[in-house]
Amino acid sequence: MSLTREQVEKIATLARVELAADVTTEVTENMSRIIDFFDTLNDVDTDGVAPMAHPLDMTQRLRADEVSEHNERDKFQQSSAQTEGGLYLVPKVIE
Amino acid sequence: MHRLSVLELSRGLAAGDFSSVEITRHFLDRIGSSNDLLNAFITVTEERALEQAAAADQRIKQGTAHALTGIPIAHKDILCVDGVRTTCASKMLESFVAPYSATVVEKLDQVGAVMLGKTNMDEFAMGSSNENSCFGPVRNPWDVSRVPGGSSGGSAAAVAARLVPISTGTDTGGSVRQPAALTGTTGIKPTYGRISRYGMIAFASSLDQAGVIGQSAADAALMLETMCGFDTKDSTSSQQPVEALHNELEGDLKGLRIGVPDVFFAEGLSDGVKAQVEAALNVFESQGATLLQVSLPHLHLSVPAYYVVAPAECSSNLSRFDGVRFGHRCDNPKDLDDLYRRSRSEGFGPEVLRRILTGTFVLSAGYYDAYYKKAQRVRRLINADFQQAFEQVDLIMGPTSPTTAFPLGEKTDDPVSMYLNDIYTVGVSLAGLPAASIPCGLSEGLPVGLHIIGDHFCERKVLSAGHQFQQVTDFHTLRPEGEGA
Amino acid sequence: MSWEIVIGLEVHAQLATRSKIFSGSSTTYGAEPNTQASLVDLGFPGVLPVLNEEAVRMAVLFGLAVNATIDQRSIFARKNYFYPDLPKGYQISQFESPIVAGGEITIDVGEDQKQTKTIHLTRAHLEEDAGKSMHEEFDKHTGIDLNRAGIPLLEIVSEPDMRSAREAVAYLKKIHALVQYLGICDGNMQEGSFRCDANVSIRPSGQKELGTRTELKNLNSFRFIERAINVEVERHIDVIESGNAIIQQTRLYDPDKNQTRAMRSKEEANDYRYFPDPDLLPVVIEDALIEQLRQQLPELPDARRTRYENELGLSSYDAEVLTNSKSHSDYFEALCATIGDQTKLCANWVIGELSAALNKDGLDPQQSNVSPDALAGLLARIVDNTVSGSMAKDVFVAMWQGEGSADDVIDAKGLRQISDPEAIATLIKQVMGNHPDQLGQYRDGKDKLFGFFVGKVMQAAGGKANPAQVNQLLKTLLNENS
Repeated sequence: MSLTREQVEKIATLARVELAADVTTEVTENMSRIIDFFDTLNDVDTDGVAPMAHPLDMTQRLRADEVSEHNERDKFQQSSAQTEGGLYLVPKVIE
Repeated sequence: MHRLSVLELSRGLAAGDFSSVEITRHFLDRIGSSNDLLNAFITVTEERALEQAAAADQRIKQGTAHALTGIPIAHKDILCVDGVRTTCASKMLESFVAPYSATVVEKLDQVGAVMLGKTNMDEFAMGSSNENSCFGPVRNPWDVSRVPGGSSGGSAAAVAARLVPISTGTDTGGSVRQPAALTGTTGIKPTYGRISRYGMIAFASSLDQAGVIGQSAADAALMLETMCGFDTKDSTSSQQPVEALHNELEGDLKGLRIGVPDVFFAEGLSDGVKAQVEAALNVFESQGATLLQVSLPHLHLSVPAYYVVAPAECSSNLSRFDGVRFGHRCDNPKDLDDLYRRSRSEGFGPEVLRRILTGTFVLSAGYYDAYYKKAQRVRRLINADFQQAFEQVDLIMGPTSPTTAFPLGEKTDDPVSMYLNDIYTVGVSLAGLPAASIPCGLSEGLPVGLHIIGDHFCERKVLSAGHQFQQVTDFHTLRPEGEGA
Repeated sequence: MSWEIVIGLEVHAQLATRSKIFSGSSTTYGAEPNTQASLVDLGFPGVLPVLNEEAVRMAVLFGLAVNATIDQRSIFARKNYFYPDLPKGYQISQFESPIVAGGEITIDVGEDQKQTKTIHLTRAHLEEDAGKSMHEEFDKHTGIDLNRAGIPLLEIVSEPDMRSAREAVAYLKKIHALVQYLGICDGNMQEGSFRCDANVSIRPSGQKELGTRTELKNLNSFRFIERAINVEVERHIDVIESGNAIIQQTRLYDPDKNQTRAMRSKEEANDYRYFPDPDLLPVVIEDALIEQLRQQLPELPDARRTRYENELGLSSYDAEVLTNSKSHSDYFEALCATIGDQTKLCANWVIGELSAALNKDGLDPQQSNVSPDALAGLLARIVDNTVSGSMAKDVFVAMWQGEGSADDVIDAKGLRQISDPEAIATLIKQVMGNHPDQLGQYRDGKDKLFGFFVGKVMQAAGGKANPAQVNQLLKTLLNENS
């Protein structure tokens, strides 16, 4: 299937990605080709086949409810662009 | 000194022929003189390496050394190393200093291996040519106008040019095996779940698996054995006991049943590669192995299935790069949306953005069933094909890559043709199988890789077959000549 | 036109685990910002979640308590959206195959609360909490604290079975009591441990299809929930009756203005792109674990209420009020156990004086200034007639203010009641001697003067005479010589 420019723009919004107007055309074409390629999956009938989310048939291991972490805020915030009083800062959000 | 294998270096260290500091300096010098051309390393950690080497020498003197103590290694720059810049070859993480170490890194630190630095790669491990790096492409030491493959291209090129004796890599759809094939090195990725993914920056969680790129199956076995093992920090880590590997590769090939799927030799495979792979299969046969035709009827769908599943997981895994807690943040964001969109668009390269968009699309309302779920169903069929084949054979073999190393820039314009390059490797990844690529000759002066695929948890069988092959051939000892070497 | 109100509730109960659902960070409330946020909670590159066993057990306990189906193979999924307090850009939640499916609870409805109604649950699933956004601290910025990110939540989703704000509150109180009885949530609404979103719609009475709904957020007390739903229902009716249509949206309740408004941050339609989290594997719950947890189920509110009515002989009202809150009910039981055989008196005091005092100071029964033992000491003095019921209330106030035990206060204030029959008879005789006219009139048949004598005797006793004894003796003595 072919994607429209509007579809690509909507996807870009969902993914919080900015596409310049001139890039959008190219991305739309490229993605359409990729999606076309995906459509070859329809060559096979998968009725009754369960989706396989993991390569191994394992089940979730559970962790004991114990506190094992301690405060390392200063170290972790060294990589942050903007913090104040221990809080991460972002442009003001109006709820 | 750089002509020695890891096992030889290890023996030399034990015998006192040289010290770890000496070999560490030697390899650091080699990086210093060749890296400008090859661009295999993003970061060289000289100071840390020399400290580790000095500590390793102490340990060797005290008699508490492991076989890897004092051996220089490199880590793909996707593995977090505490206090060391970890970039994933992305502008997004250009100045990110990891505050912790990956489990794999810790394991190798613990045995006293010496990390020389972090190797270049395709950004966030997305690519098959190493051209998608914000630090520029890696060049293939066999021909510097060509790509080394990807995404672990830096690791592969570094080992091929002997800038380091051995390196970690990671493999999501072939990222260890394909560059190993294109650079004449030995690469293995184990069964999914064998090596902890903790600290390995995620691309596609259900496919990502660390591996090794080295000079031989025996060297790779030693390092792989050290990296494997259950980790409480990774829920997908397997509790299957780890087999001893590096001392257990002897034996012979008599009676080994090798499956050869015709789909691996179909249209798209270059003649030169085909000839070398067939010759290699003949070597196995002449050593007593049996070649059997096996059928993998759904394998041709592995590329589209993979390129649905991997981007889907990637689109979600990469959402955490939002400019808030770490990573690139755009200048003067006017509001939150602007902060997100500009930080991400500036921080990610075009291939990463493309996969984020494709992945977002296949998960979005109205397309989830048709693409994501469908691909996961096809994945089960591909896995079943392999399982059926392994009822008849011990290993499956074929080419690792349809062509030898291609020129830089040749395929960057066409994503689909680039994706098709992964035809032999991604099926294995979808099924979570262990697989290696070992050098099996040259075609027009460029290395060709033989792909050896095993059933789940059969790493030893894979490496053992590779090792037996390397006992009777010398392809793995061929080294590039000229500028890159 | 008459409208039918349709309400469904989503409750988020923070599970009372020590560590977070996918990391080993502490869940203690009130820590300095981001000091309880580990690499996993912050969503650093390369980190991975590992599921907390206790969170799973708690979810199963809840499922068993509401007679739901426990999904023996449940799946964690990623809910993808961007928000600064959501570090990974997705929330680990459950979508297909939640851990608890179905279930039901019963609430009391009708004017006299005498009828019951069953509210069906759709599901309950485990998920991680998001962090906190501080919008007020800075001029141009929002501050993000991720201490709360990763705290385990049980999201309990009801069917749209409720037909009034009152029913919604009854349901919510029931769930609130239940999670506390189970010991899986502390129920603290101020600290956000127990939160609720309401989906509200209206439809013409008799119509089958549901109307367009709006989702109300930020409902952090039972009182606000009731008011918010009522005001939102009025808004729906106004909009529809003026010929417009309700827009499906998320709205915030503003308790100061008592109105709701659309949330700006939720304006665009979201597409959460749920898919199974590849970092987590299917959670398999063995039958043995389910059976083990079933054995561990404590006495639940409904059972306790029935027991109070049938075995303790409490009224249906008292039984309900007491069992609505586990901590009140536990206090009541401790009190009864200390004093013995005075259930009605204990119930009255817990529902009356104690609850009033707790409410006034905003305290929980466990934090009460007067412990069950101390209160038992006071009630014993009522039983043995040392103080009257009304004097006991004064003693209680003094005890609440820390003036000591019941006996200390009684002695210090000289409140000991006169219950010596001779002393009372002496008082009565004095009063009779002082009021010969009234005595004569009474003896001539003016019965209503009895009250006059009671008043005078009590006055003479300084209010400390045992009223029952005064009554009894007065009757005898007034009629004695006639």
